[in-house]
Amino acid sequence: MGFSPHLAERRFGYGRSPVIPAPESTAAMLDTLRGPDLMAERFPVPGFRPIQDAHIVKSRFDSFAKKPTTPADQAEDARRKSDAIVHDFLRQRFDTFGQLELRRIHGRDSFRERLIAFWADHFTAQGKAGLFKLAIPAYVEEAVRPHVNGHFSDLLAACIMHPVMLEYLDQSTSIGPNSKRGQRKGNRRGLNENLARELLELHTLGVGAAYSQADVREMAELLTGLSRTRDYSFAFRKGWAEPGSETILGKSYDGRPGLAPIRDALRDLALHPDTAAHLARKLAVHFISDNPPERTIARLTQAYLDSEGDLMALYEALLTDPASWDAPFTNIRPPQEYMSTALRALAVQADRFATLEPKETRRWFLRPLKIMGQDWDRVSGPDGWPEADSAWVTPQGVAARLDWAVNVPARLLPELPDPQTLLEDVIGPDVTEPLEFAATAAETRAVGVGLILASPALQRR
Amino acid sequence: MTRNGYSRRQFLTRAGVIGCSIAASPLFTPMSFAQAPWDKRLVVIILRGGMDGLDVVRPVGDPAYAALRPGIATAGAQDLDGYYALHPALSGLLPLWQRGELGFVHAVSTPYRDKRSHFDGQDLLEAGTADLGQGVRDGWLNRLLQEIPGVERDTAYAIGTTPLPVLDGPAPVANWAPEADLQISPQAMRLAEMVMEEDPALHAALAEAQLLAENGRDGKGGRAHRQIAHYAAGRLKADARIAAFSLGGWDTHRAQHRVLPRSLATLQESILALRDGLGADIWGKTTVLAMTEFGRTARENGAGGTDHGTGGLAILAGGAIRGGQVSGRWPGLEEGDLYQRRDLMPTGDVRAVAAWLIRGMTGVDRATLENRVFPGLEMGNDPKLLA
Repeated sequence: MGFSPHLAERRFGYGRSPVIPAPESTAAMLDTLRGPDLMAERFPVPGFRPIQDAHIVKSRFDSFAKKPTTPADQAEDARRKSDAIVHDFLRQRFDTFGQLELRRIHGRDSFRERLIAFWADHFTAQGKAGLFKLAIPAYVEEAVRPHVNGHFSDLLAACIMHPVMLEYLDQSTSIGPNSKRGQRKGNRRGLNENLARELLELHTLGVGAAYSQADVREMAELLTGLSRTRDYSFAFRKGWAEPGSETILGKSYDGRPGLAPIRDALRDLALHPDTAAHLARKLAVHFISDNPPERTIARLTQAYLDSEGDLMALYEALLTDPASWDAPFTNIRPPQEYMSTALRALAVQADRFATLEPKETRRWFLRPLKIMGQDWDRVSGPDGWPEADSAWVTPQGVAARLDWAVNVPARLLPELPDPQTLLEDVIGPDVTEPLEFAATAAETRAVGVGLILASPALQRR
Repeated sequence: MTRNGYSRRQFLTRAGVIGCSIAASPLFTPMSFAQAPWDKRLVVIILRGGMDGLDVVRPVGDPAYAALRPGIATAGAQDLDGYYALHPALSGLLPLWQRGELGFVHAVSTPYRDKRSHFDGQDLLEAGTADLGQGVRDGWLNRLLQEIPGVERDTAYAIGTTPLPVLDGPAPVANWAPEADLQISPQAMRLAEMVMEEDPALHAALAEAQLLAENGRDGKGGRAHRQIAHYAAGRLKADARIAAFSLGGWDTHRAQHRVLPRSLATLQESILALRDGLGADIWGKTTVLAMTEFGRTARENGAGGTDHGTGGLAILAGGAIRGGQVSGRWPGLEEGDLYQRRDLMPTGDVRAVAAWLIRGMTGVDRATLENRVFPGLEMGNDPKLLA
């Protein structure tokens, strides 16, 4: 096969769009990715600060309402105001969903958006309480998005030190046993190994790499002090940090509590050959197939190591590997990606998302995603969503995709495209006889369009 | 219609072939029926949000109880055994209690302590481990399935749209949400089968989906939890031995006397729908275990609710249980008896309740349960929860 614009969109993007030109070459794909993040500028989403601010105000109303001295009517008023904050926040969240979809629908740099989804999943994190449970888009916007075309060590540090991650993997309450706080009388909390373990197992070296429980423990001690303030701002608490040096994978890190030794350790982990191999395999599995060729993984690993963790070099190796263009389309798109692919094929306009009622967003997107098996705001676990195709090709998942494809676009769009035109515009060279027959034999345009959107050509890449 | 070389007759012939392949689906083989690894049925209901066990089964015989909950302890509680009384919203289950088909284990909890996060509490409840951060990624029901030979995909069902980590893991499990019912015409479905035909995995999944949807379509609509209970009953009557689903709405920080009855009504309807759907014979072999991530504070708060606590309640139902009793060691509600002077003191591990039920229903040995299914659990003495 070799490179083709159509293939580039199918395998490395959110599929063909009837209105956006596909990339002309792998070099063009890389150039676009190196260039400015146009979609983030055009469809902005809020960062983490507004959530923190809302949380602060809400907590004030809540504690005022709870105080025994607060008169009943004022308490009720405070509760109402607290609820109103949550209500506003939820509304904002639906807007964010639309903005994120629009980036995928209207961008020429689909590859960037796919990579952001990939790394966001690699560094899965979620707030645990209240508004922070819904902070995933803000976390991704701040920790993942800016570093997607940079160095892995910067991406790693940004994710590991983000308050959402510190909270998610219990780092924010981890206390060094010999720290000032740990030695205080009556101290009941201690070391928490959760982040340290996942950092080694999931985020860098990979499960089965040559690290021991002792390395996990030392890493956990090194990470002590990384925490958050009451409003979930990042904080380094010197008094919680374990004194003395720590040895991880045979290398000793400075004994003085502070961020410098943590950053050093993260950089070393980022450049470790096991990390290179782990990331190379994961990327190849995600973009090429559940069982990618070993020589492809070896090439990607080498490119990563030669460039000292430059992600652009890794992507270039991926895009110039023959397997990227020759492998059959065996990977299934996970639900969120699938839905974006269908919406891109339909070229849904920005003003349509802007006029959606929260009820519609829930009914047409969030709920179907949940039934397809990939809730938009509930992560599956620190290891992220499954890559194995068998996890998604389930009766419930496939039925939900078909149901969505046939029923939702007709409600979403004022006018559905003609099935024949849609076939030519987005399925193009992948059209098969049964698909063409079925799409044009359907009794209604909605069914015809739905069948195209549910076809293997759109579901697999 | 002869477009693209396909005639209507060819299309219908193809549709017929697809019809045959549905019957060959792995979910539809009569073999699996004979191979079901045991005969008893287990339904696990995860009550998300931290159910207030002190309100559901009220220790009215404890001298400290009334003073702790002046606003929450509404009238109309039904006496169970002279010491405990049942929340009025569950009074529809009293006939079950009288027949020995409803029981409770009080003052139980997971090993989760102090941080009081639903998120972590539920993760730990479903992982079934002693603490988080051990790198365990499967749930205890799935680990049970991993220990049993002959388990097939339809041995256990995760039902509903809420993820159920308790059934996550390498052992095959069926997932279905009655809401995933296909709202498309038969003609559209036939065309969809045709489109998927070139992709065997998608095609097989779609064929199974039609079967699963068909099985759930018994004309009983209603709210999601009723559909789920009916669907579970339908599967358990056939090859399934385990079904799990979850019910939300147990987080009652304020106006508990208004909020909790709604959630209890949902639970009651689910249990009764299961019983009706299963019929007397299978209900007689069934254990329903409803469990929650933690209990709530012993004292009601200023908003007429309760906050996140520790010791909670496990609810048992079904013809297979030895009901009509509130088990568990009652720790008392005097301030000094409370956990951290605020919560019901947990005196038992809710994982041990699950482990003893599984032990009695499946014959899986104790060492496997203590080391593999619930790593690090000490089951203690048999609480004799089964009939």
